[in-house]
Amino acid sequence: MATGPGLESLVDQTISVITNDGRNIVGVLKGFDQATNIILDESHERVYSTKEGVQQLVLGLYIIRGDNIGVVGELDEELDSALDLSNLRAHPLKPVIH
Amino acid sequence: MKSNSPPPRTVSSFHFRRIYKQTQKTHPPFLGRAIEIMLFFSYFKDLVGREVTVELKNDLAIRGTLHSVDQYLNIKLENTRVVDQDKYPHMLSVRNCFIRGSVVRYVQLPPDGVDIELLHDATRREARGG
Repeated sequence: MATGPGLESLVDQTISVITNDGRNIVGVLKGFDQATNIILDESHERVYSTKEGVQQLVLGLYIIRGDNIGVVGELDEELDSALDLSNLRAHPLKPVIH
Repeated sequence: MKSNSPPPRTVSSFHFRRIYKQTQKTHPPFLGRAIEIMLFFSYFKDLVGREVTVELKNDLAIRGTLHSVDQYLNIKLENTRVVDQDKYPHMLSVRNCFIRGSVVRYVQLPPDGVDIELLHDATRREARGG
């Protein structure tokens, strides 16, 4: 009964992925596999900086390799629309060090 | 037969033993490292529903209710809050998340969630070869 990661409940939902190099990518989860490789549609990257607000870079349809994934979070649309990204200042996330 | 008597069984330790035995049937060990995986896998299954804080290898710490765990020790948390929200606003709109096992540094547990004697005992038995 070797079940893969329980990402099934997140398919077709908007998710926020934190990658091992500290990037934050938001998109719609279309597919995944046992190794946590994921397919993300309508994705964009949110770049955080301390000098200017959050930058959103449109990426499109992406496959992210499971090796490189840290966290897959279910984005709550209501909470997200209440955020004022242009006024958000933060240090970018640190990369993962094994 | 062991010469020393087994530790007293509390309600939670009985529950853990049952899950541990169940896991051994449903997840037969494959060559090599499976034995250690089953032990902590069973242990985390026993902790489902408790509040834990997961510290990741990128220093991010996420607090939430343990929803589920799998054989890779991937963790699903519900009702999540990042510990230092001002420093890490990156997950402000996330309430449920899946954390890949490979990226976990620590899992901080409630102090009454740990039956030290039981874990010590089970680990010793595993180290001896099951």
